[in-house]
Order: sequence, then C-alpha cells, then structure tokens
Amino acid sequence: MTCLHGRHINPIILAGLDGNNWCIGDYMRRGGYSALKKVLSEKIPPEQIVNELKKSALRGRGGAGFPTGLKWSFMPKSFTGEKYLICNSDEGEPGTFKDRDIMRYNPHSVIEGMAIAAYAMGAKTGYNYVHGEVWDCYERMEVALEEARAAGFVGDNILGSDFSFQLYNHHGYGAYICGEETALLDSLEGKKGMPRFKPPFPASYGLYGKPTTVNNTETLACVPWIVLNGGEKFLSMGRPNSGGTKIFSVCGHVNQPGNYEVPLGTPFAKLLELAGGMRGGKKFKACIPGGSSMPVLPAHIMLATDMDYDSIAKAGSMLGSGGVIIMDETVCMVKALLRLSYFYFEESCGQCTPCREGTGWLYRVVNRIEHGQGKQEDLDLLVNVADNIAGRTICALGDAAALPVKSFITHFREEFEHHIESKQCLVPTYA
Amino acid sequence: MNAPMILSPEALAKIDKATTKYPPGQKRSAVMAALTIAQDEKGWLSTETMDFVAQCLGMPPIAVYEVATFYSMYDLQPVGKYKISLCTNLPCALSGANAAADYLKKKLAIDFNETTGDGQFTLKQGECFGACGDAPVLLVNNKRMCSFMTREKLEKLLAELK
Ligand SMILES: Cc1cc2nc3c(=O)[nH]c(=O)nc-3n(C[C@H](O)[C@H](O)[C@H](O)COP(=O)(O)O)c2cc1C
Ligand code: SF4
Ligand code: FES
Repeated sequence: MTCLHGRHINPIILAGLDGNNWCIGDYMRRGGYSALKKVLSEKIPPEQIVNELKKSALRGRGGAGFPTGLKWSFMPKSFTGEKYLICNSDEGEPGTFKDRDIMRYNPHSVIEGMAIAAYAMGAKTGYNYVHGEVWDCYERMEVALEEARAAGFVGDNILGSDFSFQLYNHHGYGAYICGEETALLDSLEGKKGMPRFKPPFPASYGLYGKPTTVNNTETLACVPWIVLNGGEKFLSMGRPNSGGTKIFSVCGHVNQPGNYEVPLGTPFAKLLELAGGMRGGKKFKACIPGGSSMPVLPAHIMLATDMDYDSIAKAGSMLGSGGVIIMDETVCMVKALLRLSYFYFEESCGQCTPCREGTGWLYRVVNRIEHGQGKQEDLDLLVNVADNIAGRTICALGDAAALPVKSFITHFREEFEHHIESKQCLVPTYA
Repeated sequence: MNAPMILSPEALAKIDKATTKYPPGQKRSAVMAALTIAQDEKGWLSTETMDFVAQCLGMPPIAVYEVATFYSMYDLQPVGKYKISLCTNLPCALSGANAAADYLKKKLAIDFNETTGDGQFTLKQGECFGACGDAPVLLVNNKRMCSFMTREKLEKLLAELK
C-alpha cells in the first residue's frame, strides 16, 4: 500500500504498480525480462555490463552507498569455481521499508536484476535473504521465483544460452545484525549471524568460502533498467556521483507515510511535500534522513538540503538506506535517542567489547537522563563512550550506535541539559 | 536411527525440500528453515524438538541451540496460542506504537514477555519489521503482519482471535 500512489517522480522500480500486477505476465507486459533477453541474445560481454554500471554511478542502496560497478569488478574473473551472488533483503534498519514493497509488488525486477548481475560476475548460484518479519514477502518471492523458473529465466541454459543461474530464497528469523553482509553470510551457512573480520572481503572469501558479492534488493532492481537504457541515462536522472532514482521511505509525523521514488538530488522540501507535509500542521523539528543509524539533523538544515549522497553528507548526515524519519515539535529528543540506544544495545551481537559494553553504557546513561537521574558530566560521558566505539569494532553496528548519540547531543544539547537540570522534559511527550 | 518421530511427515518433507536449496554437504544452511517449520508445528522449540532437527540435518545439537537462541523469533519457552509481537522502535513509536502497547497490556492484563492465564496470548516487544510506513505494526505468530493498528483495529483483532 505504501508505494501504490501517483506521487513518485520519474520512477523506475515503482512505476505502474497497482498491488496486483506483480506476476510474471504483468512484469513482461511492462517490458520486464527484456534486459536479460538482450544480454543473452546479443551475448553482451560481462565487462561491458560492469562498465555500464560504473558509468551509471549506481551506489549501493543498502546503506553504505558503495559504487556498484566497482564492487562487481572486485569479483575474481579468472576464478573458475563456484561464485555466489546474494541479494540482501534483510531490511530491518528502523525507518526503512522499501525492499518490502519491491518484493511484494515488483518481485521480478529483483530476479531479473540478479540474473544479469550473476551473468556479469560469473556467479552460478544466488540467494535472496529475506527479513523473517516480512513473511508474506518471502512467500511472494517464492512464487515469483517459480514463475521465473517455469519461464526459463532462472535455471539451466537460460533462454537457450550457455548461461545457467540457480536462485533460491532464504529467510531470516529476527536478527537485525544479519543485514550486515558478513553476518548474513554466516547466517546463510546455518550459524549465528556474527559479522566476520574483514579482510578477507566477501569478493575473495564469502559464502562457503567462495567469492561472493552482496547487494541490496533496490540496487539489484535498478540493474535491468540500466542495461536497457544505458548507464549515461541513469546517471543523468540523478546527480553526478549519485546516479538514478532512489526510493525514500518516509515515516513518522507526516500525513502520508510511504515510499517515494524520486531522482537523487530532489530537494528534501519536495519529498516532504510528496509525503503530504507535516501531520496535523505541527512544526517540523528534526529528521534522520538515512535510517536510524545515521546522524539526526534539525529541520532548518534538512529543509536546505537535497536528497543525494553528497548533499546529505555535506549537511552532516548520510543518505544510508533512504529511511527518512520525520519528527515534529512534540518529540522529546532524549526519549527518541533512548529508544534507538535500546535498539542497538539489544541487537549488538556481542563479539567486540567496545560495542557490547559501549551500547549498554549508552543505553543506561541516556536512560538515567530521561528519568531525571542524569548528571552534568553525563553528556561528556556519552560522547566519550560513543567515540570509543566508533571505528573500533568488527562491523558498522558500533558506528551505527555511536553516530545518533553524538548528533542528538550536538543538535539538541539544550534538551539533554534541561532533563539533567530540571529533571523534566522540555517538550510534551508524544503518544 | 530409531529416534521417535517428533515432527509430522509433512514437516519432514518440507525440511527435506528446504535442504535442496543448498549445495551438497551444506545441509545445515537449512537450519533456520527447519526450526521455523518445527516451531510452526509445535508452537515452540523444546530441547527435544531441537535435537530432532539436529538429527535431521546431521548437525551437533549444540549448533542448533546456538542458532535457535540467536534469532529472536524462535521461542524456546512455550508461548500462548497467539504470540503478538508489537514493534515499538522509534519510527513506530512516532505513530502510535506506545498507545497500542498500553492498550494491549491493559486489555490482556499482561506485560511484555508475559502470557495470559488462559494461555491464549503472549505479548512481545519487537524491533523494526521493515514496515514502518504502516505503523503501528504487529505480528501474530511471527507470520501474519497487521498494519495500522489503531485502537479499533486492535479491538477487532483481539475479538477475532479470542
Ligand atoms: C548493522 C548493519 C545492518 C545492515 N542492514 C542492511 C540491510 O538490512 N539491508 C542491506 O541491504 N544492507 C544492510 N547493511 C549493509 C550491508 O552490510 C551491505 O553493505 C549491503 O547489503 C551491500 O549492498 P549494496 O552495496 O547494494 O548497498 C547493514 C549493515 C550493517 C552494519
Ligand atoms: S560491532 Fe557490535 S554488532 Fe558488530 S560485530 Fe562487533 S559486537 Fe557485533
Ligand atoms: S520501526 Fe516499527 S516496523 Fe520499522
């Protein structure tokens, strides 16, 4: 429901969807699978596809924003053994709900994107790791995959070519950390989802120790369009270094929460307008523009920012996964940070001391500030603990826990101080 | 192997099918699927059930316990007939999750991680389901997602499940 509206701008992935037209026949009527057909019938060399991806300036939509073409070029070309392609659909970054809509309303875009990506990297097997909480998406992907197999787009000798690609869906069952790509690989291997030390990177030692590339669902869903229309065209839809469109999940205090696919570089104010503006006409206070792991920004900075990787970075946050959390004047920033700190504390896998202990510290200190037992030194303590986590851990969950803390205190220090001094909140709490 | 059949033939067939997704020698990759199938049938994962899953997949039991305890949607204790997991993370809290939590707690007269006396309902606090645009959202028995859970919709849901 959240993307079935006409308020996208030049959409690629979410264009023409009505909630019922997710089947293979519908997808093909929209031009689906013609990119895969083109690749196989014209025998386009894999390097050429990777080059098109590089030209497109497509950057990973899963959070880190790494250039996709470059990532693909890391896969060893001369390696003749098994190589794997993984689609990361373990979407659990608070504020992000785009992959869910892609999977349930346009599942074949992911399958086609994976088949082309596998061809370009010489992978013969792929897995789509689906977040356990969205079981209907897992089932939808299972049905779509059967359709694709029956139509000959997945399996042996696809469309009569010598390219074979086996694809399977795998589901998680409740662990945020499995969104981290190496934790995901361990999880796929039937273990606890614990992030791995890097290097070695997955491109050399991934699933079952074989060369592996992990890409986000939305990243892969962009691939067919790029192959059909060219990298230049995708690039020109967005901004330099930020090619194409991006699906922003807008949630919180807006009138119409939902997914909005817009060209990268669209002004934030326009996105807010598409989402129906502030709920109840309340005043816009703050926004986390890239999923809960990214720094929060006050309204006036957001309103002067465009939604692309570089602009948001310049404004002091990150585009991340594109989860845009909107908060109005009724939000107590201490309470908001408390909930996020609890989340990272809960979800830390515990193998690095700075993260395991640090997330507990952050949670307990924010908790005592929220409950009127904070001390003046606590703010410095929080910053100190956050600094001791960031950059000292195996995976980026540590940074994800630290970044919000520092940004909340930087931009809303007076609220924290008020809590400490007056033992009460500066704003009425939200329901 | 003369172990008693802990799971039905249907469940075993499903587990077998799940193992075919993975390369030879990597059967244990199916452990999450197998535990899910077992839990669906049994309601929760007892040591006996996990041992059986371990045997099906040729894994040491301890490796299965490790997985089952790591992922939050597996229940290692009995739960009510309906386990309601409500997302209370920040995005959902901005759109009524706390009110939904208060309502459910009051109506069922239990707190998070408790089960009603009649064994009908267990209440759990969930983390982001990846569905924040539908807030408040909850899961019934892990697999059924209910969106936009206003007070009226919560009332209807509880009446339906009673
Ligand atoms: C704690 C944590 C959670 C993550 N969760 C996700 C996720 O749910 N989905 C995702 O695609 N990437 C997630 N990532 C990023 C992945 O590690 C990885 O960078 C991404 O899947 C690569 O795909 P991309 O290059 O197409 O973005 C997460 C990273 C961390 C550190
Ligand atoms: S940073 Fe935290 S979540 Fe990541 S590996 Fe270390 S302990 Fe685990
Ligand atoms: S925060 Fe509740 S579903 Fe994402």
